[in-house]
Amino acid sequence: MTPASPRVGLFVTCLVDMFRPSIGFAAVKLLEQAGCVVEVPEAQTCCGQPSYNSGDRGDTRAIARQVIAAFEGFDYVVAPSGSCTGMLREHYPALFEDEPETFARAQHLARRTYELISFLTDILGVTSVEARYDGTVTYHDSCSGLRELDIKEQPRRLLRSVDGLKLTELPGAEICCGFGGTFCIKYPEISDRMVTDKAADIAATGADTLLAGDLGCLLNMAGKLSREGVLAGGRPVRVRHVAEVLAGMSGDLPPIGAAATSRAS
Amino acid sequence: MQPTSHAFKANARQALDDGVLRRALDNMRGGFPAKRLAAVNRLPEFEALRDAGKTIKDHVLENLDFYLEAFERNVVARGGVVHWCRTAQEARDTILGICRTVDAKTVTKGKSMVAEEIALNDYLEANGVEPIETDLGEYIIQLRHEPPSHIIAPAIHLLKEHVETAFRAAHTQLDPNRPLSEPRQLTDEARAILRAKFQSADVGITGANFLIAETGSTVIVTNEGNGDLTQTLPKIHIVLASLEKIVPTLEDASTILRLLARSATGQEFSTYTTFSAGPRRPGDLDGPGEFHVVLLDNGRTAMLGTEFQDMLRCIRCSACMNHCPVYGAVGGHAYGWVYPGPMGSVLTPGLLGVAEAGHLLNASTFCGKCESVCPMKIPLPKMMRHWREREFEAKLSPSAFRSGLKLWAFFAKRPALYRAATGLATRLLGGLGRGAGRFRSLPLAGGWTSVRDLPAPEGRSFQSLWAAQRATRRPHATTLSPVSRAAQ
Repeated sequence: MTPASPRVGLFVTCLVDMFRPSIGFAAVKLLEQAGCVVEVPEAQTCCGQPSYNSGDRGDTRAIARQVIAAFEGFDYVVAPSGSCTGMLREHYPALFEDEPETFARAQHLARRTYELISFLTDILGVTSVEARYDGTVTYHDSCSGLRELDIKEQPRRLLRSVDGLKLTELPGAEICCGFGGTFCIKYPEISDRMVTDKAADIAATGADTLLAGDLGCLLNMAGKLSREGVLAGGRPVRVRHVAEVLAGMSGDLPPIGAAATSRAS
Repeated sequence: MQPTSHAFKANARQALDDGVLRRALDNMRGGFPAKRLAAVNRLPEFEALRDAGKTIKDHVLENLDFYLEAFERNVVARGGVVHWCRTAQEARDTILGICRTVDAKTVTKGKSMVAEEIALNDYLEANGVEPIETDLGEYIIQLRHEPPSHIIAPAIHLLKEHVETAFRAAHTQLDPNRPLSEPRQLTDEARAILRAKFQSADVGITGANFLIAETGSTVIVTNEGNGDLTQTLPKIHIVLASLEKIVPTLEDASTILRLLARSATGQEFSTYTTFSAGPRRPGDLDGPGEFHVVLLDNGRTAMLGTEFQDMLRCIRCSACMNHCPVYGAVGGHAYGWVYPGPMGSVLTPGLLGVAEAGHLLNASTFCGKCESVCPMKIPLPKMMRHWREREFEAKLSPSAFRSGLKLWAFFAKRPALYRAATGLATRLLGGLGRGAGRFRSLPLAGGWTSVRDLPAPEGRSFQSLWAAQRATRRPHATTLSPVSRAAQ
């Protein structure tokens, strides 16, 4: 049963914290509009994927313990990222299979942790948002959200409720963009091929805006689109986290990778 | 073949620069995944079959000794011989020894990845026995003196123009002005040339998709029928198979066969599914005089009981590589050994060691597509991560990367220090990037900015902004919850 005013701990994610705090505020806004009480524990840094996916289990466990402790006591833990949510939900418990007490706490955290958009739709029953966005958007399905958490329809459902927004599907939307955490700097040439293909697919839609639910993928795709100078209707393709649009916060906020002076819609 | 997996980066760079390879890979990416999806969609019980297949294989792996011994008893009962080989060298010597008993000059071969794994062709050639590949793709790459780039479509990296060139160079006895630009002309020519080889071969060697314990029979699937001619016409049939190919019953083989072709090529069944059980019996119209099964371990039993045991469920369908964006970018040769793509990135470190295969286990974004299409539900990304743990523990990853990671973890484990450091870095980068909104290059971030811009941070960390406004901010009004809307 969902409490009337669920107490939600926001897992900001390290990339949002550093690169795009507005996504965090968009998440807070959406959660509060949906009736949640939102808190942001100070003792959070990162979910630990950089060390986890590099084989450093020791540091990963130390970081996971910290997250587990910081988010104890909330009704829910919500993150504006499928990737970090996947880490907390699908991978933390397996890190502590040899420690029954921590394992139980990790499982308790895993069961309460959700990705932002699917939390709004699947847990809180939100079916529409109060936002306006004048543009044609296309949506990239980030891998972890799609394949670990079954997030596919949820963002599209809410985007359809945004006034003025036209959604056009991205061919190959489920194909990895080539970010992959440290992969993109360890194998830049392969990552480049993947994100070049992605940029071409995005350009082919003719959409003026690209949305996704994970900032890592968005930084990668925005960086490639701007490096290639991909235009839609004579202007650079605008790249945003889906929460910015759903929260109606795109008006004052330049798109990802765009100069602050260029007035964006 | 000499592994070049350690040179994956250089191999990959070369592959990425190869425009012709790119065309060939684009053909593949446009083909296999769509055909598999259509086949899966036509079979409502496909997911249930995956579970059934996994259950069969898991059961076998827990009872491998029992089923292998039963298999041997039943092969022997039908007049065949089973040779147990721990290493590639033992398998090569065993096969050469059998060839020598009939003073074999030529050996026809059906497609076998295990034969590639033990580098059988080179060994036979060096010892005076001529191996002739009879699968069209294998025949083409044999003529070109190159290894397969894919486990079921060995010549997938080639265009038909390459095949024409190879045939004209090899088949010099034919009219040099013959037309050879159409696929049909190419297959007809290969067929005519190979027909004579089939008839004169002393020994036929095939692989096996399954070994069936209850019957002592072996199974191959092909689309060309070349396997049937390879194993029926010569005096001796040798089946070369790794020991995890065993299944308990014919029924089990049928279950997994329903998954195999659908996952591989999108066919419901391969054109030929051929069962072999022992040598020719009195009264049989055809068949070999001797039937040998060479059972290869070569490092596989060392994976039993470890976090890599699940890999031994693999049925070599190739769905993982057909759907892998990294394989799709660099092709199979870049992986530098026999098994490319995600299944290779898990199996190769098991067979060659992490030091040789370090790049393979790292060159994945963990996008998870491979696991989602694997008919045996093998958790490929998870096992690549386990290999990375082995690599990290053995201090085999590059030292600069390790120290960078350790430095990052030092901060990540100290939230107050982390907040201070990221708060500062964010302000600095945000200030520097404000004008353009992005960086075209940045010291220490060359891996990123060599191929794409780095969007600039907004300028303040979320934590610092939140701390500044927490005391005074007022929450947003509840406007979205179904409850509040119903009340409006």
